[in-house]
Amino acid sequence: MSELDTTPPLMRVQGLSCAYGAKTVVRDISFDLWPGEVLAIVGESGSGKTTLLNTVAARHMPSAGHVYFDLRDHGLQEIYAMSEAQRRMLARTDWGFVHQHAAEGLRMNVSAGANVSERLMALGQRHYGQLRAQAIDWLERVEINPNRIDDRPDTFSGGMRQRLQIARNLITQPRLVFMDEPTSGLDVSVQAKLLDMMRTLTRQMNLAAIIVTHDLAVARLLAQRMMVMQNGQAVETGLTDQVLDDPQHPYTQLLVSSVLQP
Amino acid sequence: MTLHSTNTQPMLQMNKLSKQFLLHLQNSTALTVLQNFNLTLSPGECVRLSGPSGMGKSTILKLAYGNYRASAGEILVRDTDGQYIDMTQASARAVLHLRAHSMGYVSQFLRVIPRVAAIDIVAEPLLENGLDLVSREQAREQAAHWLTRLRIPEALWQLPPATFSGGEQQRINLARSFIKPRPLLLLDEPTASLDPVNTQTVIEMIIQARAQGVAILGIFHDDTVAQQVVSRTVSMLPLETQ
Repeated sequence: MSELDTTPPLMRVQGLSCAYGAKTVVRDISFDLWPGEVLAIVGESGSGKTTLLNTVAARHMPSAGHVYFDLRDHGLQEIYAMSEAQRRMLARTDWGFVHQHAAEGLRMNVSAGANVSERLMALGQRHYGQLRAQAIDWLERVEINPNRIDDRPDTFSGGMRQRLQIARNLITQPRLVFMDEPTSGLDVSVQAKLLDMMRTLTRQMNLAAIIVTHDLAVARLLAQRMMVMQNGQAVETGLTDQVLDDPQHPYTQLLVSSVLQP
Repeated sequence: MTLHSTNTQPMLQMNKLSKQFLLHLQNSTALTVLQNFNLTLSPGECVRLSGPSGMGKSTILKLAYGNYRASAGEILVRDTDGQYIDMTQASARAVLHLRAHSMGYVSQFLRVIPRVAAIDIVAEPLLENGLDLVSREQAREQAAHWLTRLRIPEALWQLPPATFSGGEQQRINLARSFIKPRPLLLLDEPTASLDPVNTQTVIEMIIQARAQGVAILGIFHDDTVAQQVVSRTVSMLPLETQ
């Protein structure tokens, strides 16, 4: 267990609560996430899972609790104690965020190539040929034909837009990616392709991910660990297969028994 | 292929293990499937769980693998450092670590990953987390070795196994487990869907694993298979009337 004991978590969330005005929507959430681990947060709409995701991704101030992230040289640091500039740097280097609606995560009016290479340019890369070569490499990795590099994403299908979002985020080799319902709204066949791609990429890159989904099959396929949320609270957490095959909490039993073959 | 064969300490120990399912949606009905079960499994042993269905045989394997959560008792699994981890108390991360390095589980059914080729599904256990392309090729070579040994036609290697027959899927499951030898192996009817030739191959694989010091806990429906691989049988009895 020595290796297990000495590796620090990539992210540590402690006693996190979030409120909109007087209404608390996320209550007292704690978890650790290690490099390469995929955590699925499942629950119905309104359970607080997207708010939780936004809060641990430094996009929504918590009302209580802490979120720590392992900065490469400085160990675990509270993200809300960092400067705005530090957080922005983190968001465009070590983190990625894949939105449910591609229009929120892409610039629809510039080319696919510009979308993919934007984070590299923000980090100061200026060499056009190198940027284009990396963009082509990433388009290929997400199975988008590189001859579409100069097309705008508003000419792409829903599945292609999600893959473009993934390429745009992963080009800086982040260590953690947040995903908010990345496959909902896609056809089932397109979903399968996207899921397999995400599965392969997280493994190849030893990438950690926190994925919000209402789809238990998505959680089963992608995540080693799972958190079930109801009314802003984590009612059950554990290994994905354990939570799905031997659910303990009444709400988890209801969720699992309500779907066909998760 | 060397496992920690010098260590003769038990690989798995179950102490007073009980499992009860509490069905909240069915008026909180409590279903007891296992009570005060004890087992010690040492390297090189192959213990057969036998008894009629519904006696909790598969439940024991699922508890050992951490797929089910125990209601009471201990499940001690020896890790690669020789320490015992109690599966009933271990963190999700510790269980994942044990699964990756200390124990394999072959279920009767292949849970299909859409779109992924059979050869990559078999190679996957060797490629956990960020290895380079060279070892990816090596992993595929080893996968090819196991697919050949289990007589999966080469024409199928690049296809996703969703459409394979039950016997082919079972052999994919076996290949996927045997490609990464771990000192504890849990087998749930590993030959249930196999023809006699492939059954014989699996018998040989189990005998070889035992010779290498793997501790095996299995459910074997077929007595002639069991006679060839098993060192000891544990008979499951009906629970006393509650």
